[in-house]
Amino acid sequence: MLSIKNIHASIDGKQILKGLNLEVKAGEVHAIMGPNGGGKSTLASVLAGRPEFEVTDGTAEFEGKDLLEMSPEDRAKEGLFLAFQYPVEIPGVNTTNFIKTALNEKRKYQGLQPLDSASFLKLLREKAALLELDKSLLSRSLNEGFSGGEKKRNEIFQMAVLDPKLTILDETDSGLDIDALRIVAKGVNTLRNESHAIVAITHYQRLLNYLKPDFVHVLMNGRIVKSGGKELALELEEKGYDFIKEELKEGLLLN
Amino acid sequence: MSEGIELLEERANREYKYGFTTNIETDTVQKGLSDEIIRLISAKKNEPEWLLEFRLKAFHHWQTLEMPRWAHVKFPEIDFQDIIYYAAPKTKKAKPGSLDEVDPELLKTLDKLGISLKEQKRLSGVAVDVVMDSTSVATTFQSQLAEKGIIFSSISEAIQKHPDLVRKYLGSVVPMTDNFFAALNSAVFTDGSFCYIPKGVRCPMELSTYFRINQENSGQFERTLIVCEDGAYVSYLEGCTAPRRDDNQLHAAIVEMIAGDNAEIKYSTVQNWYPGDANGVGGVFNFVTKRGMCRGHHSKISWTQVETGSAITWKYPSVILKGDYSIGEFYSVALTTGFQQADTGTKMQHIGKNTRSRIVSKGISAGKSQNSYRGLVRAAKTADNARNYSQCDSLLLGDKCGAHTFPYIESKNNTAIIEHEATTSKIGEDQLFYCQQRGIDPEKAVALIVTGFAKEVMNNLPMEFAIEAQKLLAVSLEGSVG
Repeated sequence: MLSIKNIHASIDGKQILKGLNLEVKAGEVHAIMGPNGGGKSTLASVLAGRPEFEVTDGTAEFEGKDLLEMSPEDRAKEGLFLAFQYPVEIPGVNTTNFIKTALNEKRKYQGLQPLDSASFLKLLREKAALLELDKSLLSRSLNEGFSGGEKKRNEIFQMAVLDPKLTILDETDSGLDIDALRIVAKGVNTLRNESHAIVAITHYQRLLNYLKPDFVHVLMNGRIVKSGGKELALELEEKGYDFIKEELKEGLLLN
Repeated sequence: MSEGIELLEERANREYKYGFTTNIETDTVQKGLSDEIIRLISAKKNEPEWLLEFRLKAFHHWQTLEMPRWAHVKFPEIDFQDIIYYAAPKTKKAKPGSLDEVDPELLKTLDKLGISLKEQKRLSGVAVDVVMDSTSVATTFQSQLAEKGIIFSSISEAIQKHPDLVRKYLGSVVPMTDNFFAALNSAVFTDGSFCYIPKGVRCPMELSTYFRINQENSGQFERTLIVCEDGAYVSYLEGCTAPRRDDNQLHAAIVEMIAGDNAEIKYSTVQNWYPGDANGVGGVFNFVTKRGMCRGHHSKISWTQVETGSAITWKYPSVILKGDYSIGEFYSVALTTGFQQADTGTKMQHIGKNTRSRIVSKGISAGKSQNSYRGLVRAAKTADNARNYSQCDSLLLGDKCGAHTFPYIESKNNTAIIEHEATTSKIGEDQLFYCQQRGIDPEKAVALIVTGFAKEVMNNLPMEFAIEAQKLLAVSLEGSVG
């Protein structure tokens, strides 16, 4: 589904990603961990097409298409969803109206008719219930005055409505209390199926307890330096990143 | 510079779709302003002596005044002797009796502007008066309205047919000495609309006037007078456009409204004069005095304006709340792009007891434009329990534009309560990217944000007008983001 080869990316002339490779197949859940400043959020930004980041080398294919050639909105309409680390507030734009516009833009792209109001509201109610989202949030301005937890839940709620093929969770678990984390993870898990893939960027094991990733990668110095199964996350939790730094020094790792 | 902001900057290059000129034979007087010119205009319009005197008195007063400079706008000296003060499309008759007698070129122009008089007549049930350059060219539905005693005509026609009514109210709310542009208008006004709703009558349809400047180098000085007697109601709409020209055109109108006991006037306007090109060349100078008088108790005057045009807009639709329990409202959306400058707001003068006013102003600035809200809320000694609520919100697109708020509050009565709230926000890169990540392209995203921002005001417009205004905002935003 997603094939990233030798990606180099920079912001303001500063090289952040230095030859990153990653293969994600449909149905898989990948966790990306690593110390701060290693390039985790840059990876999410580059995939979503944030204009400040410049890709200087490498390729990224999404469902066989050149992802880097596409505008951010086309990437979204092709089925790439980024759950933001810091969702923005958009005053004056009603949350329901926003999601409806997004959904119908995607449907238009797919050659479908816009969803009628009744079906849309039904879908909205169903997904709101799934995420135990306070319905009053839906009639408020997008994210305006939402608590940190509500914002994150709203991200996963939008994901559930838009039904993407590939979801990137950018530290969705940070700032969530245990209950909120459980609800968010439940929401993500309901979307797990053979045709859907998830890339979860996180610092902590606790989200992975719920998500049970197929692969765990360590992103450090702009590259994925170690990959493994979910036991790798446990090892990291226990030992920190130092042991990987050591292995790197000893030349035990790839790259 | 990042892509999103760059795209926003492009808004300045958008096209103005009403920029065409119509080839219609025009009857004009020579440039400049003098007693002779005023006499000539008055004679051309076959006016009574009192009106000529009114004009001359205004002119002589105007000559003693200096152009005011306090608004937060910049523009070159205006040479008032280089303006044509009277330009009228030539018609075979002095005033066409029916649409069939209107110049077909003119009808074509109106079609292009999206105002088909015939369509209007048949479908929408809105009575329309069209003023091109200085003259009213057509008014629809007059006879149906007349059955209810409603007068809706050009002011020239009203001066001929109802001179006493016009004389009674003309200048009663905006005196000729009010300000520089009011004096100028009083001296040279050429046409405009007159609405008179008699006692107890609820006007059964929206009354609408469409203003168009066509002639080069001409100024447009229209005069609108709306009178609602006790217990009457009217909803009045006004729209305006002008061709694209490299010179600046001057528009200095006066609107006066008078509401009797329990009367209500709802005035809505969508102002779309030519704003000038991407480099700030050309465009209309829109220096307008609009004021309503809540003369009677429990009367209500409500202004709603959507301002997207003009190189410079300088206007403050105001309400004098003289009657006890009277209500004044001002709802405004002002969108400035390119090099446009707007200094607009309102004045709410509380004089009567238990008077209430509400101000909702939404300013949207983009490109290199400057957008200012200026408002005065005054509670006189007599205004026991006066109540005002003002809300001024500004939205910025890009980082080269400006938004300013100048609220003035004067209260001489300690039972008056005056509230003012203001916010400023910016459409940021992050917001646009967030929308894009959800599959919404930047142009739609901006429209979504702007629409949401302006909603409270748009909701006050009559339905068809609201849809038009919504489209106009979207069109004005076109090209702003790619």
